[in-house]
Amino acid sequence: MSGDGRLLGFWYVLPYLIGLMVFTAIPFLGSLYLSFTDYRLMQGASFIGLENYADILTSDRTFRRSFNVTMLYVLITVPLKLAFALFIAGILNSKLKGIGFFRTAYYVPSILGGSIAVAVLWRYMFADTGLINMMLTSIGFEAINWFGNPGTALFTITLLRLWQFGSAMVIFLAALQSIDKSLYEAAAIDGAKPWRSFFAITLPLLTPVIFFNLIMQMVQAFQEFNGPYVITQGGPLKSTYLLPLYIYEMAFKKFDMGYASAIAWVLFVVIMVLTLVAFWSSKHWVYYAGDKRS
Amino acid sequence: MSDSNIHSDKAIEDAEKFLAVQKRRETVTLAIRYTILTVVGLIMLYPLIWLIGASFKTNTEIFAGAGFMPVNPTIDGYAEGWQTSTPYTFGRFFWNTFLIIAPKTIFTVISCTLVAYGFARFEFPGKKILFVTVIGTLLLPNVVTRIPQYLLFRDLGWLDTYLPLWVPSALAGDAFFVFMLLQFLRAIPRDMEEAARVDGANSFQTLIYVVVPMLVPAMISVALFQFMWTMNDFLGPLIYVSSVEKFPVSLALKLSIDTAESFEWNRILAMSVLTLLPSLVVFFVSQKYFVEGISAGGVKG
Repeated sequence: MSGDGRLLGFWYVLPYLIGLMVFTAIPFLGSLYLSFTDYRLMQGASFIGLENYADILTSDRTFRRSFNVTMLYVLITVPLKLAFALFIAGILNSKLKGIGFFRTAYYVPSILGGSIAVAVLWRYMFADTGLINMMLTSIGFEAINWFGNPGTALFTITLLRLWQFGSAMVIFLAALQSIDKSLYEAAAIDGAKPWRSFFAITLPLLTPVIFFNLIMQMVQAFQEFNGPYVITQGGPLKSTYLLPLYIYEMAFKKFDMGYASAIAWVLFVVIMVLTLVAFWSSKHWVYYAGDKRS
Repeated sequence: MSDSNIHSDKAIEDAEKFLAVQKRRETVTLAIRYTILTVVGLIMLYPLIWLIGASFKTNTEIFAGAGFMPVNPTIDGYAEGWQTSTPYTFGRFFWNTFLIIAPKTIFTVISCTLVAYGFARFEFPGKKILFVTVIGTLLLPNVVTRIPQYLLFRDLGWLDTYLPLWVPSALAGDAFFVFMLLQFLRAIPRDMEEAARVDGANSFQTLIYVVVPMLVPAMISVALFQFMWTMNDFLGPLIYVSSVEKFPVSLALKLSIDTAESFEWNRILAMSVLTLLPSLVVFFVSQKYFVEGISAGGVKG
């Protein structure tokens, strides 16, 4: 297909290139520039160098609180969600009748979980007079003030994310089903117990998918907004005040866009560093078929 | 001879015993698997089941117990919730949602198909670098571009319109879909396209008459995912849409829990059910496309 000249393909990707420039590349650099200014909406911007960053990293207590909560949230949700998704995928991966039914049922929360309606449902489920407390009191426990103390409030928004393990599970399941069954038969003939086959065959072959899910889930968890915004409003005592909430309020409530951009860049750098660490470390734990090392 | 017969009889007996043990073990693990799957499934789906049940209860009954079956089913929650505390009904908000979703979905499918075709079937200068940016944008957190985007749309005079929600999609802004279509295109053999080109079709005719018919399932997957995500999108409208008359359902629902209505749980739960309904229906009608889409590219969520 070379008769149309070398630029033909370029015309097809041109919309993407324009979008990339206008809506991604320029805003990306723009926010870096803004982060070095004291830009506020309706006012001019003046260049203040690293002042925003200095404030964020030294004197901003809200940032420190928000940062710690965000890290905690990501560190809890991502591994738990992946482990649970893998566990259920493992159970589903056999000659079960009704596998399609279960797969669908488990996937439904991933379809709806990001919606405001589900966030509203969560808020009412964990309210003082909500579903969970009604269940607790009916079996003789005391009602819990879920949104009244930091630990339980964070638990509610964590649970909302764990609830959506279906998409990761479906990816794990597809990978499990593509593993050659003869590997297990060979291992069984050699006398390997099931758990031994899991660690020696299944897990290594799944590492590329685990890696993929890990990166995607991490990048998304760092950007969680709807849950805390609707369910807990960041409270109590900022215990669910994730960084995206802080950035949103700084930029669109206080209109302090220079400072908000600086926080966004700190968050971006954190995500980047963790992604790069994951990529770098993947050489040591991700197994690709046809790889010479094993 | 007889000696070896005795041996083989014993061997068969052993084998049968072994098989019986194995079979029993399989039955037990199967029972365990089903039990776990059912229990986990029930726990996961109960909130949604309760939501649907509670939306048909009276307000007092909602606080009376954790069961999901309404004693005296009523549609008051729906009737009153539909009216909202604003001058508009939920009908208006659903229409607004449709006005956001329909163009956005159509623009996404068209632009992403063109771009994926360009990447998959042509060589051009800078292609490699440009493709790296597709992966880069996939991983780039939106949070870092959001503020300048807002300022850009403000300067264009697009605030409080749906343009900020449409236009980036029309320019293949959702790199994920480009990536997904590329995966599909790579799996489609090129023979037919080459035959069409030999017969004198130009590259665009080839795309429309040869590639698109084969790519339809993938394009449906893209449309479905974009539909779901836009249905769930909250932050976009929250930042760009400020007048109530233009609110999509996500903003309207948030508004209703912030106002006096928040004491009327049945109304809000009823409207929550309605806003979840389109996604649920679309999902159940078109499951197979979802599974294909996820297996092709992996999916966020």
